[in-house]
Amino acid sequence: MREEKILEKELQNLKEVTIRFAGDSGDGMQLTGSQFSDTTALFGNDLGTLPDYPAEIRAPAGTLYGVSGFQVHFSSADIYTPGDTPDVLVAMNPAALKINIKDLKLGGTIIVNTDSFDSKNLGLAKYESNPLEDEALLSNYKVYPVAITTLNATALKDSPLSNKDINRCKNFFALGLMYWIFNRPIEPTVKWIYEKFGKKQDIAEANEKALKTGYYYGETTETFTTRYSVEPASLPKGVYRNIAGNEAIALGFVAASIKSGLPLFLGSYPITPATDILQYLSSYKNFGVKTFQAEDEIAGITSAIGASYGGSLAITTTSGPGMALKTEAMGLAVMTELPLVIINIQRGGPSTGLPTKTEQADLFQAIYGRNGEAPIPVIAASTPSDCFFTALEAAKIALKYMTPVILLSDGYIANGSEPWRIPDPDSIPEIPVSYRTEAEGFFPYLRDENLSRPWAVPGTPGLEHRIGGLEKANITGNVSYDPDNHEFMVRLRAAKVQKIQQDVPDLAISHEQEGELLVLGWGGTYGAITEAVMKARAEGHKVSQAHLKHLFPFPKNLSDVLNSFKNVLIPELNLGQLAKVLRSELLIDTISLTKIKGLPFKSSEIQNKIVEILGGNNGN
Amino acid sequence: METKVETKIDTNEIKYTSKDFASDQDVRWCPGCGDYSVLAQVQRTFPDIGIKKENMVWISGIGCSSRFPYYMNTYGFHTIHGRATAIATGLKLSRPDLSVWVATGDGDLLSIGGNHFIHTCRKNVDLKLLLFNNKIYGLTKGQYSPTSEKGKVTKTSPYGSVDYPFNPPLLALGSEATFIARSLDRDPKHLQEMIKRAAEHKGTAFLEIYQNCNIFNDGAFEPLTDKNTKADNVVVMTHDKPLIFGKNNEKGIKLDGFRPVIVDLNDPNNSINDLWIHDEFDSSPVRASILSHFTDMPGMPTPIGIFRQITKPTYNEGLTSQIEHVTEKKGKGTLKSLLYSPGTWEVN
Repeated sequence: MREEKILEKELQNLKEVTIRFAGDSGDGMQLTGSQFSDTTALFGNDLGTLPDYPAEIRAPAGTLYGVSGFQVHFSSADIYTPGDTPDVLVAMNPAALKINIKDLKLGGTIIVNTDSFDSKNLGLAKYESNPLEDEALLSNYKVYPVAITTLNATALKDSPLSNKDINRCKNFFALGLMYWIFNRPIEPTVKWIYEKFGKKQDIAEANEKALKTGYYYGETTETFTTRYSVEPASLPKGVYRNIAGNEAIALGFVAASIKSGLPLFLGSYPITPATDILQYLSSYKNFGVKTFQAEDEIAGITSAIGASYGGSLAITTTSGPGMALKTEAMGLAVMTELPLVIINIQRGGPSTGLPTKTEQADLFQAIYGRNGEAPIPVIAASTPSDCFFTALEAAKIALKYMTPVILLSDGYIANGSEPWRIPDPDSIPEIPVSYRTEAEGFFPYLRDENLSRPWAVPGTPGLEHRIGGLEKANITGNVSYDPDNHEFMVRLRAAKVQKIQQDVPDLAISHEQEGELLVLGWGGTYGAITEAVMKARAEGHKVSQAHLKHLFPFPKNLSDVLNSFKNVLIPELNLGQLAKVLRSELLIDTISLTKIKGLPFKSSEIQNKIVEILGGNNGN
Repeated sequence: METKVETKIDTNEIKYTSKDFASDQDVRWCPGCGDYSVLAQVQRTFPDIGIKKENMVWISGIGCSSRFPYYMNTYGFHTIHGRATAIATGLKLSRPDLSVWVATGDGDLLSIGGNHFIHTCRKNVDLKLLLFNNKIYGLTKGQYSPTSEKGKVTKTSPYGSVDYPFNPPLLALGSEATFIARSLDRDPKHLQEMIKRAAEHKGTAFLEIYQNCNIFNDGAFEPLTDKNTKADNVVVMTHDKPLIFGKNNEKGIKLDGFRPVIVDLNDPNNSINDLWIHDEFDSSPVRASILSHFTDMPGMPTPIGIFRQITKPTYNEGLTSQIEHVTEKKGKGTLKSLLYSPGTWEVN
């Protein structure tokens, strides 16, 4: 919170606040956080969120590794990140306090569920004494002890629910209390409760009561003397919704299906953090979307290849380990030149790695990771709402150039959400597609001006032909082992993918067009870089920013852009993969800022690096 | 572009000959390979199936048999090892109007592609799976396969294979395939009949074809195909008919509980009325399971014909009816209804 002064019974205006909800993985913290975010979005604030949860679905209660958190940053101005350091921590148990206290802003607010601070839970959290009695904690933070479990149970004592189910309502009590403290309406959540639990009236009523009791508790108790208000942001006119990256990808491909007139087919095997896309798309039956939950990752992509062969807009979704399994089939799509989008929601690797944590370490895999010379265009989404447009872009490239396309997202933007100004459906361009129907002069590997081959789908009379993974003779597509033909075809496939560059917009530079330092990013680091650059500039540092969507092939002007700056800083959640690609492709040295913790960058980490590079000379 | 996907295969009458199904490619299997016969029987049968050739697709994986699509003048896709059924599944789900056939071998379908095979059967995807079972790896030049008998000496099992083989019809049965049959490359008439029956079936049709590899496993099925021994070693399963075999149809099979017993019909104590009457459409899989096991039972003849054929809704039918139902309930989705779903707010 920007303003620290607290007055009795006051409504205080703040510019921005970051709250982190934390509790056991079974405490409903993701739900609490996302409800708070949705309400806050409806209220008109700009916001960013960061869900952070363990891979274990229900880790043993009270343990440190079972802590699940959800951070939301909201503001009356534009924001780009879920916030570096929370102002407020809601800790449902000692483990949640222990894990999260180190991130909290000094002087920040802690709301704790005192009922869970018993000897058993303190032991599980490896506390030797009760931290709520620790003078240092009490003097460094504003601690509000609330007996959430007891207050919730008392409020619901007449509910027909079991004690266990009553206890499960306590996250709504905490949510209600936060709504009061931050002056948010409770109605959207009440409405949501009845939509979600409408058929289970007892549960719906209990949750509503818990929510309201929490809200009224804030109002009536003397513990809380101040409410805070964050005024709506002055966002551009339009209709908005709150959106997470995976949902935006799902919407983007349905939009691409409508705009291309092609039926959408998704072949996929559930994998964190990509599963949401399969879940969303499987609910869009009335858009004619066909989803196939395959027996494994390989069947996910190969079924999509089958659908593409049949004339569908075909996609497959996965994360790193699944990408590894799909690799051979990607080569088949390259060889048969069929349109296909492979979506990789990156997570921490290698192997199973960190399934629920974010990383950007699959860039090499995307660009290079196949047997043979197998070029596949690669594009990356930068924010949750950008996922929508990136999906459209991927579909457009795949269909125009008859090629598989890899779309990279990551766990951070996949699960994080932000308000999105919904585009006018009519403003989204059509995606022109045509199947080959003319039998006269047909060969399966003819080329158009973009070097694309014709899409001749089964069912078309007179175009019966055979394709496959063996090397193709130029034009006829017959199997060919001819050495010269192989080299010709390898170069032709490479040239086709390189030709996509003609459609890649020039890389835009924000701020000065040349100078001392450019921060270049790709993918989900956009928010943190943008905030870091803005803050550094506010302090007088001259630093510019550019963000790559097209990673293969690059924008035509990339080399010129990078050469316009004395230094180029590349923050990446890997060991410097983009930096290495740039060095090998363009012979340009850059400065890498790397982080491999399964967590997104804090903007301060990038800002500090900017200041360090500019050495206090403000870039002048 | 507006596309309308038909949900049914067009079966308007058309006149083809077997030559219409031969592509312009030279057939490159080893001379004497059983694959030639399978290709010939398919090409002879297809004119009678009543489906336009542009609506037929052959999908294959990797192996000798997987060259099959190149020789058929239909649509064809020679894919990657083991994945033919998965690719065919995606094609069939997206294009119910196509008749989709898979040409595959014992390595392709049962080893590297085993997972896709069992799940295709389980889901009852409307595909015709033709397993060219030669009990050997031919394309890699002679290693044992998942259907090779235990003890088989090959290049990778110089002291005899220690693997137990799969029993393909039993595997298909356990995976709930709705049509399970077996035929022989050297019994053209029977093979043609089985191909026709597979074509008519709605759902996953699995046809195992014993196919001789004359280079690496020559004679593997000779006892079943040689005219001197065939009658004693093969029993033809015919619907509603007793299981009878032998040169003079003198041997019958009856069930003693769950145990099949061969009886001599020349012995007046045995009556044809006591024999096992084959029921292709048996709702219980138990008898088909016993029939599948004949090949593991010393002295029992190898069954050819249809082990079992049952009817249940295909995956396509489930998918299509769900789409229709939800569309009827919610109305056809538009881009506006998609983007402006609940939870929007306006900034003025």
